[in-house]
Amino acid sequence: MRLSSDQLVFWQHGFIKLDGTIVYTWALMLVLAAGSWLITRRFTAELTVSRWQCAVEIIVINIKKQIEEVGLRQSAKYLAFVGTLFLFIAIANIFTIVPGYEPPTGSLSTTAALAICVFVAVPLYGIQERGWRGYLKSYTEPTIIMLPFNIMGELSRTLALAVRLFGNMMSGTMILGILFIITPFIFPTIMSLLGLLTGMVQAYIFSILALVYIAAAIGPDQASSENKGAQPRT
Amino acid sequence: MDDMTIIAAASIISAGITMGIGAVGPGLGQGRAVAGALSALAQQPDAASTITRTLFVGLAMIESMAIYCFVISMILIFANPFWNHVIAQAAGK
Repeated sequence: MRLSSDQLVFWQHGFIKLDGTIVYTWALMLVLAAGSWLITRRFTAELTVSRWQCAVEIIVINIKKQIEEVGLRQSAKYLAFVGTLFLFIAIANIFTIVPGYEPPTGSLSTTAALAICVFVAVPLYGIQERGWRGYLKSYTEPTIIMLPFNIMGELSRTLALAVRLFGNMMSGTMILGILFIITPFIFPTIMSLLGLLTGMVQAYIFSILALVYIAAAIGPDQASSENKGAQPRT
Repeated sequence: MDDMTIIAAASIISAGITMGIGAVGPGLGQGRAVAGALSALAQQPDAASTITRTLFVGLAMIESMAIYCFVISMILIFANPFWNHVIAQAAGK
């Protein structure tokens, strides 16, 4: 039994290996890029819009709303990064309904790459917002004693982010494989439905956690003023 | 028992124990978290979106403990480094 799509080799020449993860990732990137090009090519600002434009607007506006609810006011700045993460993971997990497809998120190399993207982006946003001194000072809060623990937390949460997504997706395909051996027809269908739900929830959680980390790096100034603005609504 | 049998038996048994014990803690934790979120929802239905979002993030955090256990048990069964070492040695002999 294959543990991940890394072990599914399509083509190999020397040490260059074209495994399932790479092929499916590129296929997904093609689908995403071609799909968004096809849709955005005919965008209009008129009163009647096409169905696809409506769908894309709903997705983008909802992602923006989620970013604002976490407490980041300038949602447009983070929309590209977090939206890409969410869309890629969500599409990768949803495409499991296509037969013969294996989610690239079920391989530790993909999830580690995504987690490293978050690991790099969080300090970048923090430095952009607070400056070098302000960002580095946030590691020594509340006291200087907490410095090693803060650094450790930064590393361990990156690891957790990668292993969580990998474990969830890998367990989905693994359980499906085992159930196909034991009870071939009904149960795998139900479990693959559950797998779709888990995939969406994991995509949501990955992007929300990335947002929470960015919000923590940016600092409490923005978050508190955001809370003041959101007070009358509750 | 020779070394090979001991390694195989220890891997399989510890994979089962890992999953068994590793599921208890997150199960209890998730139950408590959901119970807390439900009572919070009953008291303040207006804050439903915030509570739900926090609940999902928290559940994912708790669940990742169980997922680590699952990954470790899967490694023990399907990609066991000790077993591979024994196999490689046996092949070399």
